[in-house]
Amino acid sequence: MTEPVLSVRNLGVEFVTRHHALRAIDGISFDIAKGEVLGVVGESGAGKSVTGLAVIGLIDPPGRIAGGEIYLSGLRIDNLPPEQMRRIRGKRIGMIFQDPLTSLNPLYRIGDQLIETIRTHTNLSEPAARRRAIDLLAEVGIPAPDKRIDGYPHEFSGGMRQRVVIALAICAEPELIIADEPTTALDVSVQAQIISLIKRLGRDHGTAVMLVTHDMGVIAETSDRVAVMYSGRIAEIGPVRDVVQNPLHPYAKGLMGAIPTLASDAERLVQIPGSMPRLSAIPPGCPFNPRCAFVFDRCRIERPEPIAVGTQAVACHLYDTAAKDTAA
Amino acid sequence: MLAFTLRRAIQAIGVMIAVGIISFSMFRFAGDPVNQIVSIDTSAAERAAIRKSLGLDDPVPVQFARYFANAAQFKFGVSYQFRLPVADLLKERMPATLELATCATILAMVVGILMGVYSALKRDTLLAKIFQAVSLIGISLPTFLIGILLIYLFAVVLGWLPSFGRGDVVRFGWWTTGLLTVSGLKALIMPSITLGLFQMTLIMRLVRAEMLEVLRTDYIRFARARGLTTRAIHFGHALKNTLVPVITVAGLQFGSVIAFAIITETVFQWPGMGLLFVQAVQNVDIPIMAAYLLMVSLIFVTINLVVDILYTVVDPRLRSTIDRPA
Repeated sequence: MTEPVLSVRNLGVEFVTRHHALRAIDGISFDIAKGEVLGVVGESGAGKSVTGLAVIGLIDPPGRIAGGEIYLSGLRIDNLPPEQMRRIRGKRIGMIFQDPLTSLNPLYRIGDQLIETIRTHTNLSEPAARRRAIDLLAEVGIPAPDKRIDGYPHEFSGGMRQRVVIALAICAEPELIIADEPTTALDVSVQAQIISLIKRLGRDHGTAVMLVTHDMGVIAETSDRVAVMYSGRIAEIGPVRDVVQNPLHPYAKGLMGAIPTLASDAERLVQIPGSMPRLSAIPPGCPFNPRCAFVFDRCRIERPEPIAVGTQAVACHLYDTAAKDTAA
Repeated sequence: MLAFTLRRAIQAIGVMIAVGIISFSMFRFAGDPVNQIVSIDTSAAERAAIRKSLGLDDPVPVQFARYFANAAQFKFGVSYQFRLPVADLLKERMPATLELATCATILAMVVGILMGVYSALKRDTLLAKIFQAVSLIGISLPTFLIGILLIYLFAVVLGWLPSFGRGDVVRFGWWTTGLLTVSGLKALIMPSITLGLFQMTLIMRLVRAEMLEVLRTDYIRFARARGLTTRAIHFGHALKNTLVPVITVAGLQFGSVIAFAIITETVFQWPGMGLLFVQAVQNVDIPIMAAYLLMVSLIFVTINLVVDILYTVVDPRLRSTIDRPA
């Protein structure tokens, strides 16, 4: 098997406040292979976006990486000096943020922003960079790119601006794209276009994609694999079809049960009682134990580690068959 | 864009007419101008003759129209104390004031922006904290006190710089400049600092606050995610976005710098329009006071107009809202 593009090992991120350090990410591990789309799903505050920011090295103080390793095609990047990390950002890792309306600098033409980024990472001349910028705009589906390149961000619609943002993220042909809720701020019909664009770009260039979203529909449509996050940990990770059709973790089961389908006539959607604990009040053992229907004593004491079940890996004591056998 | 500029220019003319009315009414409310000119033993017939020759027996609207028409051609009448045309007096004094105000503003902008950017980027360093403390002093100390302190230190104790006057000046036509002689430059240092200090600290605090705000925005985060250099992000993307409010304040402040030059000019005996105005107030020399009022408001209005147009140069979003008629 070839080396994964992104390999995260036991990553921890904490936010240091005056009184204590809050663990936003607590020991997560995952890989993304070349050309693969990994969906990262979870509630607000589960640590999805922080994971993406940690990978690209943009965690701002008081946050900091508090342990673990991040490898980009075998190169360890979590402890690189800032200047070297800057050279990787935009060149080898591209990032797309949630809100296209605020991601672009309003005072510069989009062409200037593209050319600036291209010339930062390559040694193309100004005219060559401009031609490349026009090609990129065409590739992300901007009509009449040779004219639109001289437009200002406020002259573009939300969906078009997100396309420009994507063009900016891929302009140096990165190995990995981190898309942090790329469709949340867009309306539904535009969402589908952006999703298929990201999917196509990943396929055409063999780019690995980390797609952060809270929308299971987007994940099901785009991703190869999915990681379900809860309270800064990965509850379950596996191929998207298996996780959606046969979720193992009680939280993942609840999450999939909460997706409305046209086929069922259910009056009420299944909901998970309670809410995710605050970072300052994560219970010992499994963080999901206060809301779990299958909770037993061990869940309140011992933290579950990922257990391989078929193609999936799940962090839940219910699947620890060895321990169950000895207990029985 | 042209329509916008014209609209603003018409508004500016409206403001000038309003100021003209106030300036004109100063003559009517500050006593009978004829009494200012004549002596006690002038006969009533002579007084009437003077009144008639000055046009003071015409109806008020006629007098105002004449006053305004003259003012528009920079004819402000004759000074009571100097017996010279006010326009000539102002013209003679203007270079000194404009030079001082320009130097003070450039000093305030350059140093203020640099200090502001530094204290926003290196927020936690000792130097940034010193800047913050100094800026508080600059904002709260009155101008004349700073001037007197500077004179005491650099002119009296150290004897490095002259305590008053403009030094030697070079004449170009009607314009005089102190920028080309050593004594002129030396004389300019302390008044410029005194006059510019308030603006400098104001701009510094403004730039710092704006910069901190801009650095938190999504497009700066995205610029970092694109791997741009810190330099490009800070000075290309962040600084340009802080400039719109800075232009507003700096523009308006240039007007107040000219107006507040009165105090600095008095402290340093700077031979500018401000000093002339103070002397005019002491001697109830209304033509000078009225003309000064008109001059200062003309400068204010012009700067406002320029600032409005400058916005559109910096911010493309305003350009399109202006071109689209509301």
